[in-house]
Amino acid sequence: MGKTNSSSNSGERLYKAFVYVALITLAVVILVPVAWVFMASVKQNSEFYGNPWALPEGFYWQNFVDAWNSANMGSYMINSVVVTALALLILLIVALPAAYCLARFKFKGGKFLNTAFMAGLFINVNYIVVPIFLMLRDGDIWLKKVFGEGFLLNNLVVLAVVYAATALPFTIYLLSGYFQTLPHDYEEAAYIDGAGYFKAMWSIIFPMAKPSIITVILFNFLSFWNEYIISMTLMSSATGQKTLPVGLLNLMQAQQSAAQYGMMYAGLVLVMLPTLILYMCVQKQLTEGMTVGGLKG
Amino acid sequence: MKKDKRLIGFLTLCVAPATLLFFIFMIVPTFNVFRMSLYEKGAYNPNETFVGLANFKALLADPNFIRSMQNMILLVVVTTLITFGFSLVFAGILTREKIKGQNFFRIVFYIPNILSVVVISGIFSAIYKPENGMLNSIIGLFRDMSDPILWKGQQLVIVSIIIAMVWQAIGYYMVMYMASMSAVPESLYESAGLDGAGRLTQFFQITIPLIWTNIRTTLTFFIISNINLAFLFVKAMTSGGPNGASDVALNYMYSQKDAGLYGYSMAIGVVIFLFSFALSALVNKVTERETLEY
Repeated sequence: MGKTNSSSNSGERLYKAFVYVALITLAVVILVPVAWVFMASVKQNSEFYGNPWALPEGFYWQNFVDAWNSANMGSYMINSVVVTALALLILLIVALPAAYCLARFKFKGGKFLNTAFMAGLFINVNYIVVPIFLMLRDGDIWLKKVFGEGFLLNNLVVLAVVYAATALPFTIYLLSGYFQTLPHDYEEAAYIDGAGYFKAMWSIIFPMAKPSIITVILFNFLSFWNEYIISMTLMSSATGQKTLPVGLLNLMQAQQSAAQYGMMYAGLVLVMLPTLILYMCVQKQLTEGMTVGGLKG
Repeated sequence: MKKDKRLIGFLTLCVAPATLLFFIFMIVPTFNVFRMSLYEKGAYNPNETFVGLANFKALLADPNFIRSMQNMILLVVVTTLITFGFSLVFAGILTREKIKGQNFFRIVFYIPNILSVVVISGIFSAIYKPENGMLNSIIGLFRDMSDPILWKGQQLVIVSIIIAMVWQAIGYYMVMYMASMSAVPESLYESAGLDGAGRLTQFFQITIPLIWTNIRTTLTFFIISNINLAFLFVKAMTSGGPNGASDVALNYMYSQKDAGLYGYSMAIGVVIFLFSFALSALVNKVTERETLEY
């Protein structure tokens, strides 16, 4: 408010001080543990037995080399990049036209589909991960019988498809919300100019939806990159490929017996660094975009 | 007529892939959760036997399941209350007061939300480490630490998970409420201020009622996503341990699947499904108010 009576001036000051103390405390509580992990990632193993708040004696980059090579984080990172990019690509190709049609055309079954996708918002992926796993496993058994080889489980492409499919309800909800707000004149004008349905959608509507599309990419990038339950279930082969969070989880569990702290914290940094860098670049878009969606799965 | 046909072709081409993927990977599995809960099906036995409600009867007599439900409800209720209380108050302060560095606080508070739960559980294992973790080393300044606090021990493990979950969620909801609170017109506060209404009165009489619709929607979704988040945290932080003290229903479902008891595992899934629907319906009903507009 900034409005003060002279009588309550000192109370006002006290309140303001209290507000700052509370805010700074919360900021410290969030920042310090994250910064601590960065600090720990360049410490030597012997430094982990003393005071946890001691600064690192030097920059021991070997942790990152070890994590990248001997803990396989390098190849896990490539896997994660592939899966995330592929899933985003599939998601956009499938969800954009569907959201456009569902939002802007009246057709038989359209209302039903809209309701179905809305209901999908309430289905959490982790509730249905077991049947998805069994379905793919049964598919593999059948493929083995017919072709002698199954390829549905332990397959990065299939994982990407599952990610894209389970992100559909939220993505379509968010995109249709935007498409509904556009006046119909845009397409009418395009049709009069002789453009077909596809051309009107592709070259008139989609470019206008760019901010919404970026929001969709951001949110889904974070959820695909950070996901670990589906990935762990569908990529369960001990020798097979893994995504970064699953690899990190294994590293954390192995660390409890091997006590290779430095390598573990280097792994943590490797997983969170891409998301932090992205966040630095687009934090405005992200914190503003969330009010468009208003929810999170 | 020709135009009509082209329109139908276009619509089909656009909507069919999404519908197909949605059907295969969401509708069919959801249906299967319910169907398989009525069967006995094991990992090494390809046959399914229909057993009716036997799986559910077994669940009711399973103390591990009861405990995992209790833990889940505890985690969901407590984290929801704490997160919403804090984020509403902080958002109220940040939007109403002229704070220096407001943008900085907003950026920092949102950071936990972009981190993977695996990363957060790694961070918190460094915080909770008994011998020289961050938390115990700070507490050690004030009291004797020859008998360190076991944050992940049987007694405190739920509290520790709640702290991690609140740490993760608080900034997200704060930023969201700040956005909706800043839409409340300044004039309302000014006239209330002239009438002598203090900050608290303004907060409860103006801010909260005016963004009530937003609070209601987010609350419903928060509760649903929290059932899932509780699982993600438990799985990464403790795997349900020690001795199942922090097990939650989804984690128990998952471990029964790993044990190869698919039918039983899906019966747990059905209970979670129904529970989450019932809970969100209940929240929706309880929070029903007349919509106010500014």
